[in-house]
Amino acid sequence: MKYKTLFAALALTASAVLAQPASAQQGVKIGLITTQSGPNAGLGRDMVDGFNLAIRHAGGRLGGVPTELIVGDDQFRPDAGKALAERMVQRDRVDIVTGVIFSNIMLALSDTVLKDRRGVFLVSGNAGPSELAGKDCNPNFFSASWQNDNTHEAMGQHMTNAGIKRAYIMAPNYPAGRDALAGFKRFFKGEVVAEVYTQLGQTDYAAELAALRAARPEATYIFYPGGMGVAYIRQYAQLGLMQQIPLFAPSFSADQTILPGVGDAAIGMFSSTFWSESLGNPANEKFVADFEAAYNRIPSPYAAQSYDAAMMIDAALKATGGSLANKDAFRNALRTANFQSVRGPFKFNTNHFPIQNYYLTQIGKDEKGRLVNQMRGIIFSGHADAYVGACKMK
Amino acid sequence: MSLLLFLEQTLNGLQLGVTLFLMAAGLTLVFGIMNMVNLAHGSLYMVGAFFAASFTQWTGSFFLALPLAILATFVVGVLVEAIALRTLYARDHLDQVLATFGLILFFNELTKIIWGPISIFMDVPPLLSGRVELIAGAPYPIYRLAVLAVGLAVALGLWWLIARTRLGMLIRAGASNREMVGALGVDISRLYMLVFGLGAALAALAGAMAGPIYVVEVGMGDAMLIKTFVVIVIGGIGSIRGAFVAAVIVGLVDTFGRIVPAQLGLPTAIAEMAIYILMAFVLFFKPTGLFAARA
Repeated sequence: MKYKTLFAALALTASAVLAQPASAQQGVKIGLITTQSGPNAGLGRDMVDGFNLAIRHAGGRLGGVPTELIVGDDQFRPDAGKALAERMVQRDRVDIVTGVIFSNIMLALSDTVLKDRRGVFLVSGNAGPSELAGKDCNPNFFSASWQNDNTHEAMGQHMTNAGIKRAYIMAPNYPAGRDALAGFKRFFKGEVVAEVYTQLGQTDYAAELAALRAARPEATYIFYPGGMGVAYIRQYAQLGLMQQIPLFAPSFSADQTILPGVGDAAIGMFSSTFWSESLGNPANEKFVADFEAAYNRIPSPYAAQSYDAAMMIDAALKATGGSLANKDAFRNALRTANFQSVRGPFKFNTNHFPIQNYYLTQIGKDEKGRLVNQMRGIIFSGHADAYVGACKMK
Repeated sequence: MSLLLFLEQTLNGLQLGVTLFLMAAGLTLVFGIMNMVNLAHGSLYMVGAFFAASFTQWTGSFFLALPLAILATFVVGVLVEAIALRTLYARDHLDQVLATFGLILFFNELTKIIWGPISIFMDVPPLLSGRVELIAGAPYPIYRLAVLAVGLAVALGLWWLIARTRLGMLIRAGASNREMVGALGVDISRLYMLVFGLGAALAALAGAMAGPIYVVEVGMGDAMLIKTFVVIVIGGIGSIRGAFVAAVIVGLVDTFGRIVPAQLGLPTAIAEMAIYILMAFVLFFKPTGLFAARA
């Protein structure tokens, strides 16, 4: 008797589930992995806020379906990032994993997400390691940011265009630092006076800057993200070098996670970027204004990338009628996602990395007296990464 | 390397050295006298910098903010000692390491909650901004010279305190034989509290002066702490004189270690190892450090 009731109940439940048409919206579940503790927590904060702003702009429902966002802190540790990805994919059963600031964490967790049999998508909100752009490219991986080398390539090209003959280049001694300078050198045609690698996390550059001044370069290119960038730029200015030897940097050393800490010392510095807070297009103006209204600060590229990641998911879901059931359909929809990127023209290359513009900006003050990246022109239009040839996807 | 560059790097090394000394002096006293491994010493450096940055914003004056930040961090130090550390003195070093590592996480998170996750701004005071051409052709920031001067003055002041005052006598006695000092009727718990507060105040001074040149951010004390431990191990635990000599040596070795290998075409990894090689070398010949307080 007991068993009969149980079976009846099961049958009822099953029929209720089966009776739902395939197109009935079960919603989308997204896991956002980012860094929320330690010195890089500011980047993670912008990433989460940018994504949430996009959800709000989509009326709380990406693609018009119920949207659930699960946020997790990778603690700046690859093992913690991987464990988080496992939990989100296997226990929370998310459809899409996004976020991820650091490339080492991305490489640690990408297999966990991409090799899951349910067909989970991974949309990077920042990290763009060469492996995932080239030989390890994957149909379910998409980058809403750039390939790691691109921003540095842009500045190499600009400094070549500007006729700079002797450059002094510096970065922290870790994989992204070496990739950055390799990307820079790919497009810089002048002489590299010295290529200096410093300790990761170092914040005193007195010794290195004295050596730099003695070498008398024409310009300096640095890749120092976070607190390292704050310390470097201030010490560069304190030595009086800003006027003598112009300082060039990628956006990671000149964005809104850096400028408030640097202060006026940063004025005059040049930066290369795929997006800037002062980039003039309707989508960006709305994004920047609403971000400021909601969070009371100017967004950084981390916020912009995360916002775009959400908007691209939104557009793809709209194209599939809100369904993730057919993975091939959703993948195609993502690849051709029709959304207004805050960076202007945007399309995916065959390796699912963006083909996009890179701009030159200079640090100055806006009408409210705050430090911002002011547009100084386009360096690359429709720039693709160098690894796409090694990717087998067509 | 030209003579000019050599002189400039020597200044840089000395300046790093005195900053390390301010950190090491407090840590070595706490370690030597209280036999307490305090990993959270770097947190007090961070707290001092954040206090100084905020007080500078509120009062508009760095020189007003500096004593306020030192005082505030002294209070934080005394509270930490009374609330969290006092129960740990009798425990072994591993327990102390675990508990004070917990304090690092606690202070990092608390700082993030109060001041936010990105670095905050702290400017060089206008009076000390600008450069002076101490070495022809190499204008040097006046502020860094001021840090050097303050560090040397504090070293002198500490020497006076330790060598010439009653409190200093107790500290020295405590460093060489704690039990005996207690047996002679000295209020050990008050002495501990004072020593810990003094260490916190020195760390705050280091952090507050570092604010305008480095970066005021969560976790800023962690990297500093490792170098500080190298300094007190080389100098000999519990010895202020050892801390001073070792801090200057470590400052110079670290500074030149970052420049010389690159110029000779050697791998730059040597820069990261230089001070640890130095430490291994010193410990090989003098296992208790250069000036061990305990015989």
